[in-house]
Amino acid sequence: MRRQIPLYIVLVCGIVFVIQFFIPSHESEFIFEYGQDWVMVIGILALPLGIWSYLRKTWLTAVKKPKERFFAGVSLFGFAIMMLTGLKRESLMAGSLYMELFEYVLIPIQATIFSLLAFYIASAAYRAFRARSVIATMLLGTAFIVMLRLIPLGPISDVNQALVGWILSVPNMAAKRGLLIGIGLGAIATCIKIILGIERTYLGRD
Amino acid sequence: MIRFKIRLALILISASVLLLFGYISSPGQELEAPPEPLPAPPTNVVISDDPNDDGHTTIVSWQLSRDDGAGLNNVMAYEIFRSTSPEGEFLQVGVMGKGLDSYIDRGEKEKTRNGEPNPRYIGAGIDYYYKMRAKSTTGTYSEFSELVVGQAKNNWYHTGKTNIMIAVLIFSGLVIYFITAAKRGKELYVRPIAGIDAVDESIGRATEMGRPILFVLGTGTAADLATIAGYTILARVAKMTADYQTKVLVPVNEPVMLAVAQETVKSAYMEAGRPDMYDEQNIFYVTAMQFPFVAAVCGLMIREQTATNFYMGIFHAESLILAETGAITGAIQISGTDQLAQLPFFIAATDYTLIGEELYAASGYLSKEALLLGPVKAQDYAKVILLTLLGLAVITWSFGWGFFKSLISTIS
Repeated sequence: MRRQIPLYIVLVCGIVFVIQFFIPSHESEFIFEYGQDWVMVIGILALPLGIWSYLRKTWLTAVKKPKERFFAGVSLFGFAIMMLTGLKRESLMAGSLYMELFEYVLIPIQATIFSLLAFYIASAAYRAFRARSVIATMLLGTAFIVMLRLIPLGPISDVNQALVGWILSVPNMAAKRGLLIGIGLGAIATCIKIILGIERTYLGRD
Repeated sequence: MIRFKIRLALILISASVLLLFGYISSPGQELEAPPEPLPAPPTNVVISDDPNDDGHTTIVSWQLSRDDGAGLNNVMAYEIFRSTSPEGEFLQVGVMGKGLDSYIDRGEKEKTRNGEPNPRYIGAGIDYYYKMRAKSTTGTYSEFSELVVGQAKNNWYHTGKTNIMIAVLIFSGLVIYFITAAKRGKELYVRPIAGIDAVDESIGRATEMGRPILFVLGTGTAADLATIAGYTILARVAKMTADYQTKVLVPVNEPVMLAVAQETVKSAYMEAGRPDMYDEQNIFYVTAMQFPFVAAVCGLMIREQTATNFYMGIFHAESLILAETGAITGAIQISGTDQLAQLPFFIAATDYTLIGEELYAASGYLSKEALLLGPVKAQDYAKVILLTLLGLAVITWSFGWGFFKSLISTIS
């Protein structure tokens, strides 16, 4: 019974939202938005669960793993500071300590992590473009042509531009659309499995 | 005397020239440039309802001014005005260029704004009055067209989605047919997928090395289909790790995802008969922010030296950072996502990749249950039907016959 009720809810909601897709009326729009609001409400209700998980995990790391104690301490300190500075109503206004920490500490740290991507692209490209087989060699050749698009090549620039345009808009686009068709069908099939209760892993145990 | 006469004649000639010049240069009425003729207004203005909306849109169509592309040929644009009463204040709601003969008036849905009636609001069942005028290239305007009235309607069926509905019904029929066939004992062949076949091997490797397994459900939300497909693979992986007594670490970026992932792993351990091995601490929430999450997961890979990394779900710019860090630590990596932009990164940096639909099909492949294999088979047949239809549409449209093209077109 514990599992049957959620399955019935999924069945009813699934059918209602499939029908809703074909009805443009504002009553139908209201149902859709109401459903979206509920998703948000559930997300907010689950937030304490996440905070508790984070605090417990970090605390236990600090206690049980001496090597990681310093980092766990920094993490807990950061959590406490951001929470305390964010308690005030005006903390979201420009110039507040909360916003200063957000803009001048958190954002630069995030940018640093993001910038790693530039180096990782180089190392991944090195592996991807090694000419180990006929197909890999074709990939290397194609990538070489596409990359040359950004470089002035004098008299052959126009030819290269046309070739790159063709590569991107014909074989590349065909592959992307083929993948999209497969993804679309896979998504519909998964939806049907969920609505009919065939796919129920996300519900956990009986 | 003669000299006097010559002088007089010169004076008279000069005076005449000056008078003549003054006459020509004076702003006399007779020589003023004629006023520029005004363009003719558009005619036959018709207001109709958008048949596929919720009653906040009307369609204004008209017959072009006779000076648009012909006649004086001086029309530059058309201005469309709307009011709720014929005598009321008219609000300009749109401008369309010359040669265009319709305008979709998408009204706003809020009746009031800042406590005041919203003039841009359009509601169903209310009379709206429209008039138009043409604007010339020199900035002059035609007279207004005749006043016309129309209403928006709250529609109950989207006419542009009929083909989608038929396609969904056909596909659902195929799914049900193959599920029924599989339940009756019909053997369904599905092509092998290297990424799924490698799951068992990679978990075995981690067990042999005595190192944990990392499972990342992406940076989407718990309700995303790709994440739900990720739960299915997580259940399978968790069951195997319970059998092999190997630790599985699942960092998540959303509290709802945390609850579902914990429940999934817990039930997998119970199914494997090893509930004692389940440790809630191994499935934990990190942060909802993208790059802090990446930093935490990369740190986890390096500190714990995970032997196998799974990336299943929705990924964004973090895909390559995660996969490259995993490659540096020497882990076997299996990825799967439906994000087209991230697939090349995963293909380049991980050992196996479930591409798009393979991620959704994984549950059927892993379980080999008839109920789950049926939809996979239905997908294959749907692809054949769709590709046939696309081929026919391209060929017939090339010869000017648009029937098949219309079957695969939608109206937004």
